Amino acid sequence: MYLLIVFLPLLSALTVLSFGRYLGREGSVLLTVSSLFITAAMSTTAFYEVALCGSVCHIKLAPWITSELLEISWGFLFDSLTAVMLVVVTYVSALVHLYSVSYMEEDPHLPRFMSYLSLFTFFMLMLVTGDNFLQLFLGWEGVGLASYLLINFWYSRIQANKSAIKAMVMNRIGDFGLALGLMAIFAVFKSIDYSTVFATAPFFSNENFLFCNLELDQLTVICLLLFVGAVGKSAQLGLHTWLPDAMEGPTPVSALIHAATMVTAGVFMICRCSPLFEYAPDALFVITLVGASTAFFAATVGVVQNDLKRVIAYSTCSQLGYMVFSCGLSSYSVSMFHLMNHAFFKALLFLSAGSVIHAMGDEQDMRRMGGLLNLLPFTYTMMLIGSLSLVGFPFLTGFYSKDVILELAYGKYTVSGTFAHWLGSLSVFFTSFYSFRLIYLTFINKTNSHKSLIEGAHDAPIIMAIPLMILAVGSIFVGYVTKDLMIGLGTTFWSHSLFVLPVNMTSVESEFLDASIKCIPLFFSGMGATVAFILCYANRRLNFRLTSNPVGRGIYTFLNKRWLVDAVYNVYGAAPLMRFGYSTSFRLLDTGFIQMFGPRGLSTLLLELSSLASRFQSGYVYHYAFIMVCGATILVGFINLWPFTSLYLSNKLYFIYVLLALMCASLVNPSVEENK
Amino acid sequence: MITLSLMHYLAVSLVLFLIGICGIFLNRKNIILMLMSIEVMLLAINFSLIVFSVYLDDVMGQLFSLLVLTVAAAESAIGLAILVIYYRIRGTISIDQINLIRG
Repeated sequence: MYLLIVFLPLLSALTVLSFGRYLGREGSVLLTVSSLFITAAMSTTAFYEVALCGSVCHIKLAPWITSELLEISWGFLFDSLTAVMLVVVTYVSALVHLYSVSYMEEDPHLPRFMSYLSLFTFFMLMLVTGDNFLQLFLGWEGVGLASYLLINFWYSRIQANKSAIKAMVMNRIGDFGLALGLMAIFAVFKSIDYSTVFATAPFFSNENFLFCNLELDQLTVICLLLFVGAVGKSAQLGLHTWLPDAMEGPTPVSALIHAATMVTAGVFMICRCSPLFEYAPDALFVITLVGASTAFFAATVGVVQNDLKRVIAYSTCSQLGYMVFSCGLSSYSVSMFHLMNHAFFKALLFLSAGSVIHAMGDEQDMRRMGGLLNLLPFTYTMMLIGSLSLVGFPFLTGFYSKDVILELAYGKYTVSGTFAHWLGSLSVFFTSFYSFRLIYLTFINKTNSHKSLIEGAHDAPIIMAIPLMILAVGSIFVGYVTKDLMIGLGTTFWSHSLFVLPVNMTSVESEFLDASIKCIPLFFSGMGATVAFILCYANRRLNFRLTSNPVGRGIYTFLNKRWLVDAVYNVYGAAPLMRFGYSTSFRLLDTGFIQMFGPRGLSTLLLELSSLASRFQSGYVYHYAFIMVCGATILVGFINLWPFTSLYLSNKLYFIYVLLALMCASLVNPSVEENK
Repeated sequence: MITLSLMHYLAVSLVLFLIGICGIFLNRKNIILMLMSIEVMLLAINFSLIVFSVYLDDVMGQLFSLLVLTVAAAESAIGLAILVIYYRIRGTISIDQINLIRG
């Protein structure tokens, strides 16, 4: 059963990919959806057995690579951490599969779409179940590939292609860091099995090794390199630019990949490697700073985005920042808890957004929506549940994880902890603002869209509604139900899968904070909602006045253009690299130097030399006679000066003589250059 | 009275030889002059062969010199024959115009 969880999606994906034409639309849909639901049921069983009953399952399948010290086998490790991820991935994936059946109904390539979705699920399961770093890397690259295929699913759109390439390249930058991290792990631990590496991690702390000719702390370097991988995959500040652009794919893709599963791989990896990160406090410090900055950055940018999906994408980015800085504060269990909750309400938000877009005839701009409250009451309810959960409304799912993260940050009493607490609290304000802005602009305000679109607007069909309802139930109850299980004081749920040094444990301090401190997030989110109410509904004139003066317009443009990060990357990163690629490495080196000193230059030189030599044969007898006499003289002189000349006749030097002669000839003969 | 030593004889022979060589490649006009220069070179060699033969008291040098005389006669006969044929075809014996086979 455990192996079937991983391989059933692969089977269905490959079957539909190969025989989709014969299965037809109904057949392939039935196959993929049913296999995903079976997988979800099995992973529930696995969750019960592994996480609740505490029986960790470790399957060694077959040897993969055996080369002296490097021994890697196909192994599957099911512990609590994996079980939680399994449930999240298979549930969200199954619901998205079901949702796509209706959402992509009119698409001619539905079998291919379903097959890619299943393929993505397989790679994600491979990522979370592997028992060594290489298998994690396989899944890691696989989800990148599947994300590429899905983002440019509508491959005839140039924008989709560009976004997919961007996602692939930005991810690959992170993957390079991860690959370096894996190599460093092998160099230090001589193994890349989780069990070996994590068991021996304490013995390698505070030891140095040479990296890039610098003597650095081993574990810090390893952890920072792994974190670079997580930055790419989890869209942290620096490599985040691909995530909002990945919204070019169909909406179910955004829900599955860019909200619930793929981007959580980075957080999962950090949690998985908690025994390493715990012994690298400097790396944890960096992680906290980057995570908190990401949360703040994405929240501020999300405030002024006008694309429905982009707002949610930036909110994903921001919530991932929360998870990452929570990891940096050594509260991996809280991070995983937030990951799980976030998967539910973000999938809900995205799928509801898909429902809105579907109803509005593929219009994504929120400024051209409005007034959908009466037309789409069901979708509105779903969206409201998702948004309230996202902003941490009390007793909804988001409340239980998000507030704990902020309390933990406050309870840390370090520079990074305080930094994370304040940026996180400010982000709560912005999160609340853009969530309610979205609700007001889309549903409550007077409509801005065309009459024909309003006429055709209809609520989600039943197949799209079922996943929304299930996710809404999850968004309301999951946090409350699993709170004590996953982050309760002294819970044994995580057993050995997460590791926290006792020094870094702050759950007790954060539990007994002042009530005033604990109310900060609630206060901020209430304030955000109020401001959204004023600016987007009650007093829109004020909104106009705020953004129409020079300062306001500057701030608006700065935020709307995502802090100009993309512009900076394009001007100072991408453009110089492209220029280098064309003018330096292609034009100057490949077709320049290498051609000149390589094949073309040599052949031209030989032609010139031979024509030079043949010009000696002038046909005049007296020239021949002169050359004959000269040659005879040189020969006689050479033989008579033998004791002297023999010194220079080592046959090792002939090659150099030939080269010298060629160079002299090319210097003497400028026409060789002109022929280029 | 100057006593003639070996060096003097050899000097004459060498100068004669060099004159022959110069005659070959300084002469741009007449192919007959070229043949004559070759004859001069052969005479210079003959001369030095005879000088060495006397100096070393060895008859072999004179034998060689006789042989070279016959070879020179044959060579000039053939050379003149080629020249005559060439003249019959081209109507000129100017060396400047003999460059049909340049590279």
